[in-house]
Amino acid sequence: MLRFVVRRLLQMVGVLLVLSLLVFVWLRSLPGGPVSALLGERQTEARREALERALGLDQPLPVQYVRFMQRAFQGDFGVSTQVLPGEDALDIFLSRLPATLELSFFALVIAIALGIPLGYLAARRKGTALDTTSVIFSLVGVAVPVFFTAFLLKYFFAVEWNLLPVSGRQSIGLDATRVTGLFVLDGILTREWDAAWDALKHLVLPSLALATIPFAVVFRITRASVLDVLDEDYVRTAEAKGLTAKVIRGRHVLRNAMLPVVTTVGLQVGALLSGAVLTETVFSWRGVGQALAEGFLQKDYPVLQVLIMAAAAIYVLVNLLVDITYALIDPRIRTR
Amino acid sequence: MSDQSPQQTPARTSYADRRKQRLDALARASADEEGGVSLIVSAWRRLRRNPVFLVGLAITITFVVLAVIAPWLAPYDPAARPLLDDIRPQTNPVPGPEPGHPLGGDDKGRDLLSRLLVGSQQTLMVGVLATLFGLLGGVTLGTVAGAFAGWVDSLVMRVVDVMLSIPSLLLAFTIAALASRPSQWTLIIAIATVQVPIFARLLRGSMLGQRASDHVLAARSLGVKPHAIVFRHMLPNALGPVIVQATLVLAVAIIDAAALSFLGLGNPDDRRPEWGQMLGAAQPYLGQEPHLAFYPAACIIVVALGFTLMGESLREALDPKTRR
Repeated sequence: MLRFVVRRLLQMVGVLLVLSLLVFVWLRSLPGGPVSALLGERQTEARREALERALGLDQPLPVQYVRFMQRAFQGDFGVSTQVLPGEDALDIFLSRLPATLELSFFALVIAIALGIPLGYLAARRKGTALDTTSVIFSLVGVAVPVFFTAFLLKYFFAVEWNLLPVSGRQSIGLDATRVTGLFVLDGILTREWDAAWDALKHLVLPSLALATIPFAVVFRITRASVLDVLDEDYVRTAEAKGLTAKVIRGRHVLRNAMLPVVTTVGLQVGALLSGAVLTETVFSWRGVGQALAEGFLQKDYPVLQVLIMAAAAIYVLVNLLVDITYALIDPRIRTR
Repeated sequence: MSDQSPQQTPARTSYADRRKQRLDALARASADEEGGVSLIVSAWRRLRRNPVFLVGLAITITFVVLAVIAPWLAPYDPAARPLLDDIRPQTNPVPGPEPGHPLGGDDKGRDLLSRLLVGSQQTLMVGVLATLFGLLGGVTLGTVAGAFAGWVDSLVMRVVDVMLSIPSLLLAFTIAALASRPSQWTLIIAIATVQVPIFARLLRGSMLGQRASDHVLAARSLGVKPHAIVFRHMLPNALGPVIVQATLVLAVAIIDAAALSFLGLGNPDDRRPEWGQMLGAAQPYLGQEPHLAFYPAACIIVVALGFTLMGESLREALDPKTRR
């Protein structure tokens, strides 16, 4: 088990190193490069050269890369040029991370809490109206662009019917104490119940929008996997032995059917990260995704560097954790 | 089919005759179920009766036919601005429906129906080209990895793993954002690049499966040249899952193109309309004129659903596990 974890950790470091190289080369191979983006309209040849020298961009690429990595290990990824000019890029990421964590966490909870029970029920009642309806719903869910789902939810629940807040993470003017940056948790920790409730109301629509695709995928995998397991000989044996339906469901069907679901949930973190870019933009949710969207549009390279590397690192790390969980559940994986 | 059918066994004795009859009976009995047909034929037999597949196919055919005849169907030139005079920046930024313009106009006074119709062409082009480029790249990498195995395989797969370690849509955003001048082509390339590792992994997996199969071993022992084994024996048999994936990618490509346009990373030139770009352009009017976003979004959803339904039922039909 330890060898498995160590090997996967080493692989992860390798992936991240190669990734850093790719991000570095990509961002520097642009026509015009970062300096054009910095100077924008005020670009002249002399200014350009001066700035390139100041930033060390006149050095050969390998030298630049070594310097870039040295700084990166000290947590210095440069300062933002466009999104929040002058602000440290890493600080932007760290200050925005809680918002995205909170949003993704709720979205994932919704996706799992709806997807697994519904998937199980649909498989148990294959061919019934419930099964067909949920399958169609999950197929449509994947076909709708995330930002359009977000917009529809916002348009109906916030603008037309005025049930929930239109945008943001908390009502303006609400004086809430910050502890972790996760607004709902903050409200609970400080016992400011109104703040927690307010933050929760703001969370409903964005997390629902973000949850659609993970929900559809978790639902379908659960359904397919339960269907597979229901056909297995050991389930028939358990039935023949006269075990109660509850024991068969819990010990024989669900436990075995959950293996592929665990992997899928891990992979959904990717959908959450890219979905966050779109959802946060629609709801003006000040998280990592919105910073990324602004970075893309305004070509803020230092910010993009940090955010893309961090997103990839989170994604790889989560999938490592998933693999370890998987190995814990299923001993066959460890020996491979 | 590699199996000889029992009828062709030469019958010389009465014993052989009886045996032949028994075998024939057996063959007929099993043919009633699923018998001596190829995977593709048996898949088609199941698909023909599958309503999900038929709906997907109908949507897809309608979409393709519309895209082909759009220039003749569209009442106006999608770039012309016949409703320009109706626009009042303060009171009426988007002209509503009126005779001759059933869906009204867009914010620049162009006929919305014409733009939707002609937009199907660009949308289809983005979807098909992105899928095709992704497929080409993936098939090349996957074939190389699966054919050579060993260190070439390891090398290619590590590169693929690194690409897969970034969430795919995020990677597409990044690639599109790197283009100095966004256009239809940067959009297509961004979406295609993201699909390459997925296709590569899929194909490599089934190529490795083919490598170990008996017919490849037979070809090798008969002295068939390596490149012929790869291209005539392994690749055609390994392509199945890749083609199913391509159908699904068509849907993903169209949705992703919309997402890129939404973030402002798409084609800024709107004379030739594209649904994703129309949806992106409708953003400023989301609050007041939601229909401007609703029509292109509905088109995208229906078409993406068509490809998804087709791909999913294809996958199910070709999957031996679900064939019971």
